[in-house]
Amino acid sequence: MTDSASHPASPASTQKAPPSRLREFWSSFKENRGAVIGLIVFLGFLFVAILAPLLAPYAPDTQYRDAQLVPPFWQEGGSTRFLLGTDAVGRDLLSRLIYGARFSFFIGLLVVTLATSLGVLLGVIAGFAPRWLDTLIMRLMDIVLSFPSLLLALVLVAILGPSLLNAMIAIAIVLQPHFVRLTRAAVLTERSKDYVIAARVAGGRPIRIMFRTVLPNCLAPIIVQAALSFSTAVLDTAALGFLGMGAQPPTPEWGTMLAEAREFILSAWWVVTFPGLCILVTVLAINLMGDGLRDALDPKLKRS
Amino acid sequence: MSEAILTAKNLKRHYEVKGGFLKPDATVRALDGASFTLTPGKTLAVVGESGSGKSTLARVVTMIEPPTEGDLIIGGRKIGPEGASGDRDLRAMVQIVFQDPYGSLNPRQTIGQTLMEPLLLNRPEVSAAERETRARDMLAMVGLRPEHFERYPHMFSGGQRQRVAVARALMLEPKILVLDEPVSALDLSIQSQVLNLLMDLQERMDLAYLFISHDLSVVRHIADEVLVLYLGQPVEIGPKQAIFEAPRHPYTKALLSATPVADPALRKERIKLEGELPSPMNKPQGCSFNPRCWRRQDVCTKVEPELQGQGHCFACHNPIPLDETEAA
Repeated sequence: MTDSASHPASPASTQKAPPSRLREFWSSFKENRGAVIGLIVFLGFLFVAILAPLLAPYAPDTQYRDAQLVPPFWQEGGSTRFLLGTDAVGRDLLSRLIYGARFSFFIGLLVVTLATSLGVLLGVIAGFAPRWLDTLIMRLMDIVLSFPSLLLALVLVAILGPSLLNAMIAIAIVLQPHFVRLTRAAVLTERSKDYVIAARVAGGRPIRIMFRTVLPNCLAPIIVQAALSFSTAVLDTAALGFLGMGAQPPTPEWGTMLAEAREFILSAWWVVTFPGLCILVTVLAINLMGDGLRDALDPKLKRS
Repeated sequence: MSEAILTAKNLKRHYEVKGGFLKPDATVRALDGASFTLTPGKTLAVVGESGSGKSTLARVVTMIEPPTEGDLIIGGRKIGPEGASGDRDLRAMVQIVFQDPYGSLNPRQTIGQTLMEPLLLNRPEVSAAERETRARDMLAMVGLRPEHFERYPHMFSGGQRQRVAVARALMLEPKILVLDEPVSALDLSIQSQVLNLLMDLQERMDLAYLFISHDLSVVRHIADEVLVLYLGQPVEIGPKQAIFEAPRHPYTKALLSATPVADPALRKERIKLEGELPSPMNKPQGCSFNPRCWRRQDVCTKVEPELQGQGHCFACHNPIPLDETEAA
């Protein structure tokens, strides 16, 4: 029996250690074609956002009074001077969209970082805390979750005052209960395992056990939730921007651009279509990527 | 005989169960008065069926949970309700090896990190280089190869993981090792390897073992003394020889008769016990074994028997006479 096992295997494969976690993750991630496409689109947007000043033909807020509501170049009346046309005050739409990618990424990153760090911290505490504190935290989160998220964000922005930063803080607060629940659930399943008791017997203090022993083993679902929240953050900020409660003009934020262009929906389709498309494609790409992440990180969903 | 390193006197561990609506609170007497001593270089095996309090005993002795009642004296020091928190030397005295080798190693830590963690936490004066040397030495001692140091637990088999778990438990140079069914999750061939490793290490490091098992053939192999638990109470304790050859308590005899013997010619009379293990929330009056006992007398249903005897003790009103056990 040992013969058949060792013989056909090439010497190279017997020498090699089993594949590392990262390699294993990548091989199951790339099986999901949608996720790979999502990742490519996401990286493309990231690239555009970083190199915005080099890629954009004009500054995002320069007005060309001679060219207001110019259509895209392939339409009659359009020119290659403004590839995607201009808006009502003569600003180049393409440049604004390119700069807008920066805002979307900034929003996504900041909101997700804020919501994740706060949510994970509260979740770990709730998972380890005595019953009364656990109940207190979880009921508070239930209250936050019981409001429609956009409505609560609107209320918070109304209290804090409309600005991009306040909109982001509001959205982070609205998203954070999901992280708390997810983390708590994962912590509760992990903390009763033998290796956690072993760490206690080895002399680990509670704080160390919470954050060094248990938390790293709870990360997979949190990473997936963070990836999916990225798109929610972009979408909600756009919605707040559209309602005039987020980024203020002339910031080239996609949702705000939509709001500004609202009155031209019928006369100049391009001013609303392109920002809308950008939001759609980004959110779709991130969601696809998040689904792929979940499939790759969650062994229960692995197709084998 | 050398001096005892651990003495347990009348150890109890009760759990309160909230009753809820229209139901009174109840007490689960998981461990109900165990007394024994551990000696360096010797193994005390604890046997009993599921739910007899074996693992609770392990948790109490390892100071994971405080005893509800009774005294635990380790190395001449009485253990208070705070357990070993804040006392590194005490923590280092008792270590544990768990039953399930798949759950007892942190999947995010390499074997090296797992082995070095106890030193990092309890012996901060040991330098990082020294830590690694000791961990590598320990890895060799339990029979693993140096290249295993950098690997993760999911790359190992059950037997190898259990060796890692043993190595981790020994990193702090404990005097007492609690082995909570250390081989019951392993294949038979691996079991004997791990058992031999354990016996070898015991001899080398003069360790006292508290060996918890429900497998009597394993116990026969490794134990010096045997403690039989029933519903959290010790029913018989004594030297291995005495327990296996002349059990006095009916429960021990029934337990022994259930051990399979690899000899088709030998037809053994198997004692079948009636009924289930009673709930530890609601113990029967008198001797807790009386509803299942075939030697029951009137006194058994009324008076709780005390442990009696010297060296070989048993708690029974109507013990099996010595001549009868020898005949069997």
